[in-house]
Amino acid sequence: MTAAIQAQPDERVAKKGLTDRLVVRPEIGALLGAVLVFVFFSVVTGQFLSPLGVATWLDDSSTLGIMAVVVALLMVGGEFDLSAGVMTASTSLVTAILATQAGWNVWLALLASLAFALGVGAFNGWLVMKTGLPSFIVTLGSFLALQGLNLGVTRLVTNTVQVSGMRSTSGYESAGGLFASTFDIGGTQFQSSIIWWILVTAIAAWLLVRTRFGNWIFAVGGSQVSARSVGVPVVRTKILLFMGTALGAWLVGSINILRFASVQANQGIGLEFQYIIAAVIGGCLLTGGFGSAVGAAIGALIFGMARQGIVFAQWNSDWFMLFLGVMLLAAVLVNNAFRRRAERVRR
Amino acid sequence: MSLLEVREIGKTYGSVIALRDVSTVVNAGEVTCVLGDNGAGKSTLIKILAGVHQHDRGEFLVEGEPVRFSSPREALDRGIATVYQDLAVVPLMSVWRNFFLGSEPTTGFGPFRMLDRKKGRETTKKALSDMGIDLRDVEQPVGTLSGGERQCVAIARAVYFGAKVLILDEPTAALGVKQAGVVLKYVAQARDRGLGVVLITHNPHHAYPVADRFLLLKRGAALGHYEKSEIDINELTRQMAGGAELEALEHELRQVEKA
Repeated sequence: MTAAIQAQPDERVAKKGLTDRLVVRPEIGALLGAVLVFVFFSVVTGQFLSPLGVATWLDDSSTLGIMAVVVALLMVGGEFDLSAGVMTASTSLVTAILATQAGWNVWLALLASLAFALGVGAFNGWLVMKTGLPSFIVTLGSFLALQGLNLGVTRLVTNTVQVSGMRSTSGYESAGGLFASTFDIGGTQFQSSIIWWILVTAIAAWLLVRTRFGNWIFAVGGSQVSARSVGVPVVRTKILLFMGTALGAWLVGSINILRFASVQANQGIGLEFQYIIAAVIGGCLLTGGFGSAVGAAIGALIFGMARQGIVFAQWNSDWFMLFLGVMLLAAVLVNNAFRRRAERVRR
Repeated sequence: MSLLEVREIGKTYGSVIALRDVSTVVNAGEVTCVLGDNGAGKSTLIKILAGVHQHDRGEFLVEGEPVRFSSPREALDRGIATVYQDLAVVPLMSVWRNFFLGSEPTTGFGPFRMLDRKKGRETTKKALSDMGIDLRDVEQPVGTLSGGERQCVAIARAVYFGAKVLILDEPTAALGVKQAGVVLKYVAQARDRGLGVVLITHNPHHAYPVADRFLLLKRGAALGHYEKSEIDINELTRQMAGGAELEALEHELRQVEKA
């Protein structure tokens, strides 16, 4: 009853409720959504929770998840990369053409496609920074250019629109062991892409919140002018982020080509929006400066669970798009409400 | 020796003369106030001091040595820190992340080097309280602070990172009376810690109490340069407002009213 009993914490800080503390985490909305989707399909279909079912939706989420995470970093940095989807096909094609047509060892071909990917990423970043144009339009250009290049070069080299025959190339087995093997849990085969997904997410999450570079990512996305004036290397940070998405695309492209041993020249088109959607569901703001790598990974998980869950439930896959739209709208509303809270300016 | 000195400095952008023949000094432990209306050349002058632009006439001396900065980073390395109107803070980032932005403390080595978050938080809290700023929580986004608080964080950051000269661009422009007073208190605090302060403002009432020296700019040229002992606030206000011109305008207005 007396003042002496009062505890010492600052009287201006209202004791934060659990909801208040959770609301500021960008991935919380996605996590709730994921739990909801998980419970829903677990109840509706029997297959969803079976080991094979789990392996299926994890597999579906994994390559999408790798890209969603790297795209999320780029979005936190305030930029888009529309060429990310097509890039997964481009890297596959470079690897496949060099290995099957030029007779290169697969490892060497992988290195070449890695250099190609990093080059395109650096070019995207350089052009965006050099011109000051929105990355949306710049990477839309590189998206179209790569799409044309994929089809044109493939047709030129193979006279068809696909490259196949990876299985007979040298180094296919060992490279496949690293990128596209399976592992056994309780008699069910899981794709190693799931491991890559977890690994990429962990590294990206660490990079984003625990390193100086991560601080710079938030800063260049939150306010580029401010970041520059306190000495953050804005151009370098953003170019590296574009190279990061390209690196992710190379990883996914390598996983795909080594797993399926062939690649269609028109693969990957349209996926760029799925990456962005997963990142936004995971709590990334479209305006940059806020987001989470783990959130994007969860966004991809929701994607995979819903897509496969609808198949297990034997519904028409048309419903997936409806679900996706609703999910995206809900996520954007939640994110927007958060940003208002955080950016609210008091005078 | 003065921390900063400019002698008949000038700057042209193409055919536009933005600044001509302006001279002033900034001493340690003193506040030099640059006053002027919009377009008077205040921004050009501080951009030269801050290393954003280069002067093309006259001399710019830092501790007696002629310099020509090619980037803000160079000016910063010489101990000249600028707090711009936009404060160079990122609203969505926390107070301590903003405080250390660009000069983050790290621990570990090689590829495992990471942010020293504990040190970051504690140092921020301490640096702020050394300046007399008592923040509730250094983890809150800077966007949730008031305008005055944000200004203070930016000033404390410059002081902490060893600024010898602090350039403040209109720190009180967007603030209410009370908030402006708080900010001016921190300006005085920085001055008393031995920093040279360049205070840019168009409000003589904010300038007069803390400044030691006044440089009045008009249309790119110096209208006057006064020590505090040479001028009182009324005269400063009169000159600032355009002096004779304002009287002419008043006269004209009276004519209009009569008609």
